[in-house]
Amino acid sequence: MSENLIDALFIFMLACFIGFEVIRHVSPLLHTPLMSLTNALDAIAVVGAIVMVGERKSTFATVLGTIAIVAATSNVVGGFFITDRMLKMFKSSRPSE
Amino acid sequence: MNELAASPYVIEAVYLIASALFILSLKWMSSPTTARHGILAGEIGMVLAIAGTLLHHGIVDYKWIAVGLVLGSGIGIPLGMVHMTAVPQRTALSHAFGALCVTLVGTAEFYLGTQNNSKFGLSVLSMEVILGGLTFTGSLMAAGKLQEILPQRPITYKGQNFVNFLLMAVAIGSAVYLVLHPEAKQFFPLIVGLSLIFGILLIIPIGGADMPTVISLLNGYAGLSAAAMGFVLQNKLLIIAGALDGSSGLILSVIMSKAMNRSFTNVLFGAFGQVQVAAAGGAEVKPVHSATAEEAAAILAAANKVVIVPGYGMAVAQAQHKVRELYDILSKKGVEVRFAIHPVAGRMPGHMNVLLAEADIPYDRLIEMDEINGDFPQTDVALVIGANDVTNPAARSDASSPIYGMPILDVDKAHTVMVIKRGMSPGFAGIDNPLYYLPNTLMLFGDAKQFVGAIVRELSGGH
Repeated sequence: MSENLIDALFIFMLACFIGFEVIRHVSPLLHTPLMSLTNALDAIAVVGAIVMVGERKSTFATVLGTIAIVAATSNVVGGFFITDRMLKMFKSSRPSE
Repeated sequence: MNELAASPYVIEAVYLIASALFILSLKWMSSPTTARHGILAGEIGMVLAIAGTLLHHGIVDYKWIAVGLVLGSGIGIPLGMVHMTAVPQRTALSHAFGALCVTLVGTAEFYLGTQNNSKFGLSVLSMEVILGGLTFTGSLMAAGKLQEILPQRPITYKGQNFVNFLLMAVAIGSAVYLVLHPEAKQFFPLIVGLSLIFGILLIIPIGGADMPTVISLLNGYAGLSAAAMGFVLQNKLLIIAGALDGSSGLILSVIMSKAMNRSFTNVLFGAFGQVQVAAAGGAEVKPVHSATAEEAAAILAAANKVVIVPGYGMAVAQAQHKVRELYDILSKKGVEVRFAIHPVAGRMPGHMNVLLAEADIPYDRLIEMDEINGDFPQTDVALVIGANDVTNPAARSDASSPIYGMPILDVDKAHTVMVIKRGMSPGFAGIDNPLYYLPNTLMLFGDAKQFVGAIVRELSGGH
């Protein structure tokens, strides 16, 4: 367990650094779709809920887990949908772009 | 046993690919030309990860999973169709949903007892539900304020910061106790309950114009709570996604705070000093120069370089489409028209950009404050629509002003300034704007949509 823990901490640290680097270069023009995209990606939490609901270990867990799946899936579907809609709106006045 | 079961290595491999796709997805958001590839990468990663998870060997029944996925999609699609003016509250709502998922899973995991053997497991579980709980209610409050279901003005009371601090201290203290004494299960509902209350109390003192910072912060918290869930479930994909979301939110919060020249702590805890300044100074009525739509149209048509400064007021008046018509007609007359975007214009980071993009204004015309500020001295006309405090020169010159030090758009340096405003009432900071009394400033009194429409008619009719 502690070996897994150290691995997880390494990964967390590296992911934070990568996050900072990547996000810094996102144009302020796109900050709004950036937020809806990161929110959609964050809804990957649904996989934790899926396993929990699928295991059927207790009614309580199944009920809470199903609600969790609904909430997260709403973010996935809605988040990608709206981010895509937003990005489609960005057009350049220069024909080459 | 699950007949569809796949080896854990297969699922881990899928998660590995999905993680890479998520990172690429964000990297490709760096510019509008590559951004749509970014979405595709994210979608593929998400579908792969979910499909891979469905092959998990522990799953014995797919019924409720399917119900959840379908219901979630049913809610998500209409939420994805909102107008750009509603994006801030939709975003806040999605933070609430994300935090809800994390909090619910954390709670269920606690009562299933999966973490009872591990101090670390219980610690991250507590962090997961504390962060998740406060982000859930805090985001709901933010969404309510943005949708104007809840009062937008800050709600404050004496000793507020002390109460909030106390609540959080008790919650964290209970969590520490619980980690040391896992049998004391009754502390768990206390921790969750206190966090939920804390979320509400944290957000109620925050006013409308501070929302960009707060939404970004909540975005960060939602990400961190998901990362905590990743630690609990030992899911590296979750840790990575949570870390990416968390750092994104944090960076945006810092950018927003800097753009308002206030620190986090001031935004979260400083409601007192901020709005109450409205009081003094309203005594004498100073004269302003005003103009009609015809006069404004004539000035604009004669200009070479025009910079339009949009603010949240333009969105409220739903004037962005009329503004686009103005852009079109001026461009046809050979006038160079650009838009100066202040970082905190709107109710969330980048809000003004999507509002204008929705109105079909090309994105290369939308210029960030830092880039365009130096151009105002060479600008013939600066047209301010629905923006106030971000154009206030007192931020530069008046050390006693509450907005002193805030980066502003230097519109007063343009040859002519025209401001479309309903009346002379102060903006969010509750202070007067010296810009309106300058000799080269013309006030255009009226509703933004109607006034711009009238200017467009003048420009197309007469000539």
